[in-house]
Amino acid sequence: MLSYVLRRLAIAIPTLLLVSILVFSLLKFLPGDPAIALAGEERDPAVIEFLRQKYSLDQPLYVQYGKWLGGIVQGDFGLSIRTRLPIGEMIAQKLPVTIQLSVMAMILATLIGIPAGIIAALKRGTAADYGVSIIGLAGLSVPSFWLGIMLILLFAVTLGWFPSGGYVAFFDSPVDNLRHTLLPSLVLGTAAAAIVMRHTRSAMLQVLKQDYVRTARAKGLKERIVVVRHVLRNSLVPVVTMSTLHLGELLSGAVLTEQVFGIPGFGKMIVDGVFSRDYAVVQAVVLCSAALFLLMNLLADIAYVILSPRLRG
Amino acid sequence: MNTSNATLQLPGTSVTKKSVLSRCLRQPGVMIGGTIILLFVLVAVAAPLIAPYKPNTSDWMAIRQGPTVAHWFGTDDLGRDILTRIIYGTQASLLVGIVSVAIAIAIGVPLGMVAGYFGGIVDMVISRITDALLACPFLVLAIAFAAFLGASLENAMIAIGISAMPIFVRLTRGQVMTVKAEDYVDAARLLGVPHRKIMLTYILPNAMAPIIVQATIIMATAVLAEASLAFLGLGQRPPSPSWGTMLDVARQFLTESPWMAIWPGIAIILLVMGFNLLGDGLNDALDPRRDD
Repeated sequence: MLSYVLRRLAIAIPTLLLVSILVFSLLKFLPGDPAIALAGEERDPAVIEFLRQKYSLDQPLYVQYGKWLGGIVQGDFGLSIRTRLPIGEMIAQKLPVTIQLSVMAMILATLIGIPAGIIAALKRGTAADYGVSIIGLAGLSVPSFWLGIMLILLFAVTLGWFPSGGYVAFFDSPVDNLRHTLLPSLVLGTAAAAIVMRHTRSAMLQVLKQDYVRTARAKGLKERIVVVRHVLRNSLVPVVTMSTLHLGELLSGAVLTEQVFGIPGFGKMIVDGVFSRDYAVVQAVVLCSAALFLLMNLLADIAYVILSPRLRG
Repeated sequence: MNTSNATLQLPGTSVTKKSVLSRCLRQPGVMIGGTIILLFVLVAVAAPLIAPYKPNTSDWMAIRQGPTVAHWFGTDDLGRDILTRIIYGTQASLLVGIVSVAIAIAIGVPLGMVAGYFGGIVDMVISRITDALLACPFLVLAIAFAAFLGASLENAMIAIGISAMPIFVRLTRGQVMTVKAEDYVDAARLLGVPHRKIMLTYILPNAMAPIIVQATIIMATAVLAEASLAFLGLGQRPPSPSWGTMLDVARQFLTESPWMAIWPGIAIILLVMGFNLLGDGLNDALDPRRDD
């Protein structure tokens, strides 16, 4: 198991290095002098020259890349031009918000997607199956920001059950935190729920065809036990793997969801970075999301190995 | 994003083009999805004929008016007819869906083909870069490219196309590697057929099916991505109508004028559903492993 994980890590690290090169060169292709951008309002050539030397902007590209990467490995992503804060600190502050949203979204997606998928598979070809499939299709097709706007309109503006946006930290007030994060998590989890539903349905249909299911039925087991113990348990392997893989994609969704609900998370950070031309932030966010994505893939692989005994060993 | 894992292969001679077509047409998804998209195409082409108003004409007497007989879907903050702007917005959305996927295919398929066919160092370089791009979440990548290129509809298409490109590299590479192992490819190589010709006439046609399926599904993703970029202010520039931009504006008037937000969203859902249905249907029709 450990050697398997190490082997997967060995593949992920070069990929991440390559991402860092791509991200670094993207920024270097931008027009304009980064030293002047860093100086902001300051027009004094001495200051600009000082910044150029401080951030090694006068060095060859590979030296700059090396220093940049060396900093990142130690958690130093540089300074945000807009907030003047270390980007590493900003990420450390904002990432947990997005992780909370993603975890809640995945829980909601599982709670909705798995039962819906089971019903659709067991009632294949009936109105229930078509109903679930159509709702699933709609869930995949709805733009998350529009769904967010509609939920705000219904639950915040009209009914007043939830606040229409903003964020309260969990440790400040757990109840307020949940009131602020429930709608965004639902929005974020919608596409994931549809995907979980589809995978559950098709995996269940695969397993229902197996001989051991027929055997279980033939020996007179109750349908409920057949479904839960034989079908469901064997269907969940691909579902867990695919859901973990989807966790990485939640980052894309978080960008829009956090924008709509005004949540100061990791996703909003990239949008803010783009609009304030704070490219060091954009760089850091893209690199971090790639790292998270690779980590999720690794977790999915590990989950798959743990769940399917044939691959263990 | 949806990535179809279809690894299928059309059994060369036994399946005629006609039977593939009839298998496609028997899929309800293909029929319904195809009809939806056809309707949107008609709306986009016939926009000047069917739209009740001009897309940028303001009626200052009807600012943010709810649905009326004169304005079925209501008017926006500048007194423009929302139905008209949705009809014209179809052009932008369809254009993005088609052009960005065309860009992704035009770059991705040749790269995937070269990687899969030649293998070795070429394959390694292309595959590693593909892996790196695929490691970045799709929308994050599209936002980064769009921000880099500057906000416009054309740049949104390029950004979405480049972000979707690695999906086609990986898919094509896998397909080509499967088809490459076929005897008829070996035969062609032994006969001294040039690589170029083998790739284009022997391998590509037999590797196309999953690429077509994926292209359809990515069109759905591209339409959503364009709406998202426009919503963030990185797509179509005002005053040209785009569903995403309409939603961005509508958000500011949510409490007073909710109709401004409802219709563009429904238009997006319908078009994206059309592409998704078509893609799923084609996948079922072209996948010989499916037993229905």
